[in-house]
Amino acid sequence: MRGTVGPGGPEDRCARAFREELPVRAMVYRGPYRVRAEEKERPRIEHPNDAIVRVTLAAICGSDLHLYHGAIPDTRPGTTFGHEFIGVVDEVGSSVQNLRVGDRVMVPFNIFCGSCFYCARGLQSNCHNVNANATAVGGIYGYSHTAGGYDGGQAEYVRVPFADVGPTVIPEWMHEEDAVVLTDAAATGYFGAQLADVVEGDVVVVLGAGPVGLLAAQSAWLMGAGRVIVVDQLPERLEKARTMAHAETVDFTEHDDVVVLLKEMTGYLGADAVIDAVGAEADGNFLQHVAGAKLKLQGGSPIALNWAIDAVRKGGTISVMGAYGPVPSAVKFGDAMNKGLTLRMNQTPVKRQWPRMFEHVRNGHLTPREVVTHRIPLEHIAEGYHIFSSKLDGCIKPLVVPGAS
Amino acid sequence: MSEPQDPRGPADRGPVDLHLADLDPDDPAYTYTADKPPLPETPEQLRARIPGWGVDLDPADRPSFPRERFDPGLNGAHWRFPERQVQHHPRERSIEHAFVTPVFGTSTPPSGLSGAVRRHAYRYSEGRNAHWLLLVAADRVGALEAALASFASRHPDDPVSETGVLSEPGHHPLRSRRGRSDVRHQVLDPVLVAAPWVAGGVLGYRVVRSAVRGVARSRAR
Repeated sequence: MRGTVGPGGPEDRCARAFREELPVRAMVYRGPYRVRAEEKERPRIEHPNDAIVRVTLAAICGSDLHLYHGAIPDTRPGTTFGHEFIGVVDEVGSSVQNLRVGDRVMVPFNIFCGSCFYCARGLQSNCHNVNANATAVGGIYGYSHTAGGYDGGQAEYVRVPFADVGPTVIPEWMHEEDAVVLTDAAATGYFGAQLADVVEGDVVVVLGAGPVGLLAAQSAWLMGAGRVIVVDQLPERLEKARTMAHAETVDFTEHDDVVVLLKEMTGYLGADAVIDAVGAEADGNFLQHVAGAKLKLQGGSPIALNWAIDAVRKGGTISVMGAYGPVPSAVKFGDAMNKGLTLRMNQTPVKRQWPRMFEHVRNGHLTPREVVTHRIPLEHIAEGYHIFSSKLDGCIKPLVVPGAS
Repeated sequence: MSEPQDPRGPADRGPVDLHLADLDPDDPAYTYTADKPPLPETPEQLRARIPGWGVDLDPADRPSFPRERFDPGLNGAHWRFPERQVQHHPRERSIEHAFVTPVFGTSTPPSGLSGAVRRHAYRYSEGRNAHWLLLVAADRVGALEAALASFASRHPDDPVSETGVLSEPGHHPLRSRRGRSDVRHQVLDPVLVAAPWVAGGVLGYRVVRSAVRGVARSRAR
């Protein structure tokens, strides 16, 4: 019936046009260690294959802390972080065919075109068509201009480029917390275990019991690991590694030299594979940490990477999931060469992981939402970052809830 | 009659054929032989204990195996090269790209002094430290510019609440940090956060003081 109020009707379009002029609430970076929630211009359709997604749930990733601490070059005040989010499609561009307004979607942290040299080979995380600022990394939501200069999803609304290739409608059976953790952390843990080239009976050491490390440990079992040993220093995370990931655990603060301990545990041979799920802000060596993570004199603190090189057996494999900055770091590359190691690494091509991961989640083999510990209203984003960064209250994975009080 | 020979070498036999019970656990010499060290549990025990153990044993079941697999229809793109996004501002780009990519981020275009430093940084390739170090310098200048600009707005920066440090009292600050190795350098965080504000305050005070003295001197003459 013409003229009635309804989707697409004149009043609906009028209301939408009015709403599109209103500012939205978003997390905003103000400088190192400082963020706040403030009003920003509502994101717009910039390209015919864009969508605008109303965010219903986001997460703070450990790698967001590298931005928060001012460690990633070209992180501009005013930027909104957040590359882990789910939401509802609010608007679509003229060429979008696969999504409709109202769809509940989960969005991979990678922005990718789906058609370039890399995307056509399954390396969506290395897409060549979305990051004008750098060839050293693909496009990532809310991850500095070094990753393309896109605002992220710790906000009420977010622009999602290439809506026909990135987002996926959330399956009816999937829990919203599983969905949001699958957009990065869970997929990265699963990918990390794949890069470790696990064969039946392998001894796998996972450095770091954050969300990525916990999911990597779970995933290593699926690939037939014979032992999984998780190393961290936080009791609540090590407990989670034992209960959620069924792993042996090592608190590195209880040992004078964790590398020697790992050698002892593996009969002085070393692990078949080591997964670095820590990255640029690793602890365990005061000078390395201060030089890399505090003073930014190198592209991160490579303690975990150096432990991995020492603790893996000769001929073994190191899988690097931890994020590092683009300037050089003091990595023991000579030892890696002399030991004949295979170093495998990449940002995770998330969407490639999902079909198989969905099966694992549905069957209970992977349990992403077990890592979630906190839900933070967007308006309390500064507190959320501080609690996560300082690891207060056993914080492992904080979610960000737009519109909550 | 002799035992039939296992055609595989001992190193290939895997964990099933070796048991810790057969070895002296205090003698690591076994790892200096050709054998793979024994495992504490058999595959059957692991399968019973770990949900989904071994379901991805076959690499063909792993989504990222092999690393590259050519399939131009993989992602559902209905273009060979994407339509180009309109540039509303001159867009900085890496000189390792032939052109500005067809789609790009539109957050926070460069502006002010930090913007000038950023534009200069993009003259260098990503292979040059100058590129990255200039960008880090621009980030620090940008933070200062943003703070100064905020004082002329309705929402001035609040260096205390924006750090989230006010959340400490309700979240077990002592118990959460007990025994952690990072406590040794966490004391640097307040210094790193406060130093630019203190330095800015001292600098501002000196500028104002010298201006006041200059005015006073000119009046005295």
